Amino acid sequence: MTSYLSIEHVHKTFGEGPTASEVLRDVDLHVDRGEFISIIGHSGCGKSTVLNIVAGLLETSTGAVILDGKEVSKPGPDRSVVFQNHSLLPWLTVRDNVALAVDKTFKGTKSAAERREWILQTLDMVGMSHALDKRPDEISGGMKQRVGIARALAMEPKVLLMDEPFGALDALTRAHLQDEVMRIQSELGNTVLMVTHDVDEAVLLSDRIVMMTNGPAATIGEILEIDLPKPRERLVMADNAQYNHYRAEVLRFLHERHKNPESEAA
Amino acid sequence: MMSAILDRNMTFGAGRERPAAAETSTAPVARSAPPSARSGGAPPPDPGLWGRRMRHAATVVLPPVIVTAIFLFLWEMMTSSQGAVLPGPSQVITDTWELIVNPFYDHGGNDVGMAWQLLASLERVAYGYALAVVAGIGLGVLVGQSTWAMRGLDPLFQVLRTVPPLAWLPISLAAFQASNPSAIFVIFITAIWPIIINTSVGIRNISQDYVNVARVLRLNGFEYFTKIMLPAAAPYVFSGLRIGIGLAWLAIVAAEMLIGGVGIGFFIWDAWNASMLSDIVLALVYVGLVGFFLDRLVAIVGNWVTRGTQAG
Ligand SMILES: Nc1ncnc2c1ncn2[C@@H]1O[C@H](COP(=O)(O)OP(=O)(O)OP(=O)(O)O)[C@@H](O)[C@H]1O
Ligand SMILES: [Mg+2]
Repeated sequence: MTSYLSIEHVHKTFGEGPTASEVLRDVDLHVDRGEFISIIGHSGCGKSTVLNIVAGLLETSTGAVILDGKEVSKPGPDRSVVFQNHSLLPWLTVRDNVALAVDKTFKGTKSAAERREWILQTLDMVGMSHALDKRPDEISGGMKQRVGIARALAMEPKVLLMDEPFGALDALTRAHLQDEVMRIQSELGNTVLMVTHDVDEAVLLSDRIVMMTNGPAATIGEILEIDLPKPRERLVMADNAQYNHYRAEVLRFLHERHKNPESEAA
Repeated sequence: MMSAILDRNMTFGAGRERPAAAETSTAPVARSAPPSARSGGAPPPDPGLWGRRMRHAATVVLPPVIVTAIFLFLWEMMTSSQGAVLPGPSQVITDTWELIVNPFYDHGGNDVGMAWQLLASLERVAYGYALAVVAGIGLGVLVGQSTWAMRGLDPLFQVLRTVPPLAWLPISLAAFQASNPSAIFVIFITAIWPIIINTSVGIRNISQDYVNVARVLRLNGFEYFTKIMLPAAAPYVFSGLRIGIGLAWLAIVAAEMLIGGVGIGFFIWDAWNASMLSDIVLALVYVGLVGFFLDRLVAIVGNWVTRGTQAG
């Protein structure tokens, strides 16, 4: 059986010769269509690298990524990315940042008016319709992140790659956007790969949580299957024994088995 | 920055009057209304606004006025002695009064008003500079984008850019067989190097983040050029353009001295041959002012175009 998205024995080494650093060693992961996967691990272990390889922004050293039967070698219309640092273009307004993606993606399939409407709709969804004509340097970090999410969602990708998408958000906005992502994902059936540091977020959203070992030469340490029915209500989940068990599992992995080297040194 | 510092000094300087001001003004206004505003006799209707104007005048307008006055005074002193060879400011103004009040006269040939002389020079600069902008940005993009082009062209550029502008003049006179195109070429070749070099640095420094965005959105070459590359590199490009316009204006005067015809450079040369030093001084003032305005113009356009691109 072949899965929708396979990361097959991927190794990644940056640089060559004496300065080479091996970041990923034999990362192997098989994802089904419509699955929601979280990647969790200590800072610097290589989570973003995995995501960028799937996005087609980085090449593997050995191994391959196969998406829907085809090897990934460059970015494609089937994947969009929410970047860790939001990566909005500072010379474009909020609206134009999203428009760039929407106009490019739906040039042939949506009329100009439909595209304009769709831009407003996605920005409204992340609660940013009040700042359409602001430039990125005029809005807060959390707002930038929301626009980055809107830009990626607006492309309606089959595979959504999110690198700590909710990192700089306050708890309320974060919960709201998590709910939105869950709703959109169940509606459109996208396959999602999300990097996160937040254990609750991982357990609430994911079908499986991929836990990575510490770098250098990080790999997948454990994969935790989250067998909770969807849709999940965050308030209900707080009292759910199963949920709390999963949560503890992830924490145990992060704290006991793979202590953060920095905190160990301290 | 500068004016902020001056502002602060200003406040400290006026400190001794502060108690009186604090006594009479309500708390929120106290800061914005400097004490000097009320020590000046009749209180104006809006002390806050008036105070700001006064402070603005004191910090921004006053220093250059004072320094210029001192400069003119020293100049006058040094040239008023018996054996002085150079004219003083008052002498310059009396000698050139006709030129100052009639900038647009036209007696045919080279004998035209200062405005025409400057416009003739500006026209040459405009042609040469426009060509340099187009070619410079084009080459800069090429060198910034392609490592091969950079390796090949960079050594050549680094050598050629050190050639003094006027050294190009004989070659271009020989090539064009006419003085006007030669002068334009000298402007072009003088202004192009900082434009090429700054543009290519700007292109090389485009953040990997933006490149990644472009790749994920799958922008094509043209879209990448207009939506990412130009705006991202714009601050660098404009610093190149600004250096370029300065160099172009520096070179035009020297080039025109050699090629003759109408133009501020030849006007200076002509005045020198006729021993009219006051005319030369007047021309220098005009050259300086025009150069200053050209620089400001490019800076203003640059600020307007690159607004927003500085912050991530
Ligand atoms: N282009 C690159 N060249 C060389 N080394 C790199 C490059 N990109 C990443 N690395 C290295 O790879 C390792 C993993 O980086 P990565 O950004 O994937 O970590 P991460 O798990 O996303 O960390 P964080 O949680 O802090 O975002 C780091 O040690 C980093 O220094
Ligand atoms: Mg990362």
